[in-house]
Amino acid sequence: MITQLILRALDKKAIWLVAVLAVIAIGVPVLNLVVPEGNPLHIPNYAVPLFGKYLNYAMLALALDLVWGYCGILSLGHAAFFALGAYAMGMYLMRQIGARGVYANPTLPDFMVFLNYKELPWFWNGFDMWWFAFAMVLIVPGLLAFVFGFLAFRSRVTGVYLSIITQAMTYALLLAFFRNDLGFGGNNGLTDFKDILGVNVQAATTRAALFAASAFALALAVVICSAIVNSKLGKVMVAVRDAESRTRFLGYRVDNVKLFAFVVSAVLAGIAGALYAPQVGIINPSEFEPGNSIEVVIWTAVGGRGTIVGPIIGAIVVNLTKSIFTSGSSYIAAGLVILIFSGIVAVASGWTKGLIVIAASIAIPVLYGLYQLALYGSFKLPALSDVWLYALGGLFIFTTLFLPKGIVGLIAQWRTMTTKREQHDRNAPSPADVEAGVDPQPNPAE
Amino acid sequence: MADKTGTMLYLDGVSVSFDGFKAINKLSIIVHPAEMLAIIGPNGAGKTTMMDIITGKTRPDDGEVLFDGRTDLTKLDEAAIANLGIGRKFQKPTVFESQTVWDNLVMALRKPRGVFSALFYSMSADDEARITEILDTVRLLNRKDDFAANLSHGQKQWLEIGMLLAQDPKLLLVDEPVAGMTDSETVETAKLLKEIAKTRSVVVVEHDMSFVRDLGSRVTCLAEGSVLAEGTLDQVSANPVVIERYLGR
Repeated sequence: MITQLILRALDKKAIWLVAVLAVIAIGVPVLNLVVPEGNPLHIPNYAVPLFGKYLNYAMLALALDLVWGYCGILSLGHAAFFALGAYAMGMYLMRQIGARGVYANPTLPDFMVFLNYKELPWFWNGFDMWWFAFAMVLIVPGLLAFVFGFLAFRSRVTGVYLSIITQAMTYALLLAFFRNDLGFGGNNGLTDFKDILGVNVQAATTRAALFAASAFALALAVVICSAIVNSKLGKVMVAVRDAESRTRFLGYRVDNVKLFAFVVSAVLAGIAGALYAPQVGIINPSEFEPGNSIEVVIWTAVGGRGTIVGPIIGAIVVNLTKSIFTSGSSYIAAGLVILIFSGIVAVASGWTKGLIVIAASIAIPVLYGLYQLALYGSFKLPALSDVWLYALGGLFIFTTLFLPKGIVGLIAQWRTMTTKREQHDRNAPSPADVEAGVDPQPNPAE
Repeated sequence: MADKTGTMLYLDGVSVSFDGFKAINKLSIIVHPAEMLAIIGPNGAGKTTMMDIITGKTRPDDGEVLFDGRTDLTKLDEAAIANLGIGRKFQKPTVFESQTVWDNLVMALRKPRGVFSALFYSMSADDEARITEILDTVRLLNRKDDFAANLSHGQKQWLEIGMLLAQDPKLLLVDEPVAGMTDSETVETAKLLKEIAKTRSVVVVEHDMSFVRDLGSRVTCLAEGSVLAEGTLDQVSANPVVIERYLGR
């Protein structure tokens, strides 16, 4: 039964994706550790956790796609599950510090000593054991998703209302985790990690191992999601997305289908978060910010929802772009990114639309400059990091308008365009069709 | 009212109102096993509301709704009622447009409906043969790999009937099955429904009088939420009240 499920999961596309991830999982650490510095193929130390972070984001986007792209549940609070996974891992890492903290307390983490805690809060018990913490990485997001989903889906909360309460959920968690007396480090969160599974979390080899683990976790998520969407349950999920009430009349319990997808998705998001925490070295309440969850939706939309590979591509592409915009790169690099994007739009849906993208991209910094001119009497272009949010918003708007199926949909869009051109020449019905009285088939894409 | 035992569907004194408007008013209808009942009536007579009540979408304010002479349908939800063996075809054909004709039938095929049974389901040769047979019956075999969205309106109606067959229900509720069909398709649909009614109970709601005549079944005329007349089509259409309130208009 299980083997059949796995076999079905590994269709052609999934096999390729898993293979590519396996190559990356081995390749990047090798290029970092084995290839000597100065060699053009060497991957610098700072890049390994950065790429690892992208893979964690990709896994989060894939998790969101399972519920949004396949089951029609637009969760605007998915970063909460990611953050909870990260916090569970962070608690383990905090307890690994032991007496090496600033206050050298053998059991209490630094922030607890600082806040005059006398003993460890009960919910911190057990987190010194890796297996317990790793189990919590799965259980905590899964349990929250189960309770939340059980209540929401049973009362048939759908559409925009569901999206809003998922936002409220992550916002409530944000406020709660900001409080010092909740016992999770408040505003500062958890940081200063030292060891993971007995090895130094900062060491290049550990970083490489965490990267590989991120790639393998993503590959596992691909297999799990692929197994689900290729099964009959996957078909039912799409049916729920497209015609929820009709699915009920077929005898399926829609709330259970949604609950299953939501819990699996939350657990995957939690695992991604758990791998994220040691790589970035800090976890604080800002991870719960509503904007984070919305960004995940944008990655998924840009890559192509309702596909397995789409959200992965989307998360990596958007985050690479973000790095270009926010890490002090030049206007030239950002301009290049915009040119590529408008080129894609132009190829996929026509020149005029590509030009609209370019015009909008130029208009925003120029308008900002004019605003500065009116305010201070001097024309000044904005810093790139200041326009990133505008760029992200523009990316979402233009993707929704011009590339409704995202980057992955481009291939299909381009393919139908070329076949349409080919068909144009032989649109006359064949003699056999005329004889059979068959009308020439209209192009289904139209 | 009449004896409940031996009935497939038993509605007695059912009423429901929306914001004070009585959509269904003391409605009583009986359908026997392997019997077809055609329901006619003007717009707003409560035909679709009646189906909503039977399938659990709407709860009646009052009255008794029994399936198979014993199961109280007013206590169950849509999924449970569907699993009891009541299938419904909607007025507007509702098939899963982004999926293939084949996959639509795979989902409809009578199998355990749980999440994990669906996850671990793998198609047996029997299931495949059954779906192929249904596709043959509804004449969509050559379109089995097409997306349901690309079917014509009439073909979608047939696919939905095929999905009903795949569900293997004891009672079929069919809402305006021939809307948007050509004349020859309409004749074929009547034949198919009559064939189905040999083994199952079928309730058909329809406006098309020539189609109802083709069905040759018992006819009930509804108006303003209750039964206006019952009998053969000739009896019902000769009824002066029916002529005044429905046919004559």
